[in-house]
Amino acid sequence: MHVDIPREATGLVPLAGQRRKAAARPFDRPLFWRLLSIAVFVLIWEIAGRVPVSYAFPTFSATAVAFFEMMVSGELPKAYLSTLQPLVLGLVLSTVLGIGLGILCGLWRPGEFMAIPIFVVLQAAPVAAFIPLVTFVYGIGLAAKTLAVMLLALPVIVLNSYKAVRNVNASLLDMSRSFLGNRRPSIVKIMLPDASPVILAGLRLGVAAGFVGVVLAELLITPTGIGDLITYHRSRADYAEMYATIASIIALSTVTLIALQWAEVRFLRPEKRSGA
Amino acid sequence: MMPPAATRLSRPELVPDDAIVEIRGISKTYGADVEALRDIDLDLPRGKLTSLLGPSGCGKTTLLKIVAGLVKPTAGTIRVDGRIVDGPGPERAFVFQDFALMPWATVMRNTAFGLELRGMARAKREEIAKRYIAEVGLSGFENKYPHELSGGMRQRVGLARALAVDAEVLLLDEPFSAVDEQNRRKFQEDLIRLRTVQKKTFIFVTHSIEEAVYLSDRIVLLSPRPGRISGIIEPNIDRTGNPDEIRRDRRYLDAVEEIWQGLREYVD
Ligand SMILES: Nc1ncnc2c1ncn2[C@@H]1O[C@H](COP(=O)(O)OP(=O)(O)OP(=O)(O)O)[C@@H](O)[C@H]1O
Ligand SMILES: [Mg+2]
Repeated sequence: MHVDIPREATGLVPLAGQRRKAAARPFDRPLFWRLLSIAVFVLIWEIAGRVPVSYAFPTFSATAVAFFEMMVSGELPKAYLSTLQPLVLGLVLSTVLGIGLGILCGLWRPGEFMAIPIFVVLQAAPVAAFIPLVTFVYGIGLAAKTLAVMLLALPVIVLNSYKAVRNVNASLLDMSRSFLGNRRPSIVKIMLPDASPVILAGLRLGVAAGFVGVVLAELLITPTGIGDLITYHRSRADYAEMYATIASIIALSTVTLIALQWAEVRFLRPEKRSGA
Repeated sequence: MMPPAATRLSRPELVPDDAIVEIRGISKTYGADVEALRDIDLDLPRGKLTSLLGPSGCGKTTLLKIVAGLVKPTAGTIRVDGRIVDGPGPERAFVFQDFALMPWATVMRNTAFGLELRGMARAKREEIAKRYIAEVGLSGFENKYPHELSGGMRQRVGLARALAVDAEVLLLDEPFSAVDEQNRRKFQEDLIRLRTVQKKTFIFVTHSIEEAVYLSDRIVLLSPRPGRISGIIEPNIDRTGNPDEIRRDRRYLDAVEEIWQGLREYVD
């Protein structure tokens, strides 16, 4: 490696000083590497599309063009309007119920014994197989699709919240108790903040699963929204449009997860903000 | 072979001068068969620093947590100021071996946490906390988070938090064990200085003989598990001089040697 090491960095400069200096160089910026990674991915996609690896595999540029056309024509926004309804509803319900139930099970033994095994089974089961079953019971409307989202999102959120509460730092709880913290302040001031990283990790997994759930529901129950677009363009062999739709939902899911992570650091764990 | 000093060590009936903590018949068995402590009787004098010294796993933390009201004994009672202990109380404050700082809270909030739990208004508790942060030498670090501090500084926060609630009895569980040697010495000296300002009773767990002798008015030796009292000694060291003089003091060296002889039988 031929990185230019500043003179003083070779001497006895405190480590923190060295780090700060290093961070000023572009190689050490995470953003630089992330952008580079995206650029490499796009490049490989473009090449693979031009080769082409399959006649059904469009280039990146064709996909991008299709995306903008679908945005302008209103096709994509309209599809999202219908997809987002069960998705948002299902995710909000899963978040509230899942975190609530998980915390309850962590704190209350009978709840643990009753509820946790169900979610362990649900998480292990290939839940997509239940989706046709959901149609039987709840029909083909919003309720069925919302339920499909929850079937996928809820178990991981419940189980992570439960585990988070169970593995709270015992020494911090002792500390709170020794300074006369009763159960309530111990839960609010110690347990929840300490558990929040694991709860939120579960939430991120749950949100990702919820996206899977809504797409599955729209492919398996009745074609609406994004699922409808994918099915329709595939049947017409409009592969660029099909890929644009798929890529757009992946992008939306990714952006949602990043936003969640940002919100966690911003609001729940202030100590991570300083970026050390 | 019993070293001659041991006879002197095994006489716990020193004058019970105004005991603030009375430990009577304390035994603790974890689960079915881990006997941590057996029948401990001990008085801890008011305003003094008493060390509990013993090998790893002999039940020092257990005894301290029983006094703190964090662990229920299997048998026996603790009295603090004549009142039976049935849980944590405002007259006792704990300093934890692993610091037990909230990583998401600043030095200020961590220090003021005991007062926060007591429902004191924010402005008031922060004013008090600021004073104790200064007292332990951390002025200027109020808005730092624990991960930005060294081990020694973190434990100073733990100490400031315990001082801030103005408890009479401070229970310190190996406060320096996770701190490097230099900081450890500095911290020990600060503790001696602090004791002249804060008229409090300290109960101090350690497994360093030197540390016990350097800091304590009274040292309680515990045997390996199950922990029993194997001796009590009072080093009577004059701590007004400078630290290096103390460490070369005849009485300091004698006390270290005496304890070492007393503990030796457990090591062989
Ligand atoms: N919660 C617990 N459950 C079961 N056994 C325990 C528990 N806490 C401590 N013990 C056991 O009791 C004994 C005494 O433990 P304790 O932590 O009081 O020792 P210690 O003297 O503080 O040791 P160290 O010097 O290593 O800190 C040990 O054998 C330990 O394994
Ligand atoms: Mg211990």
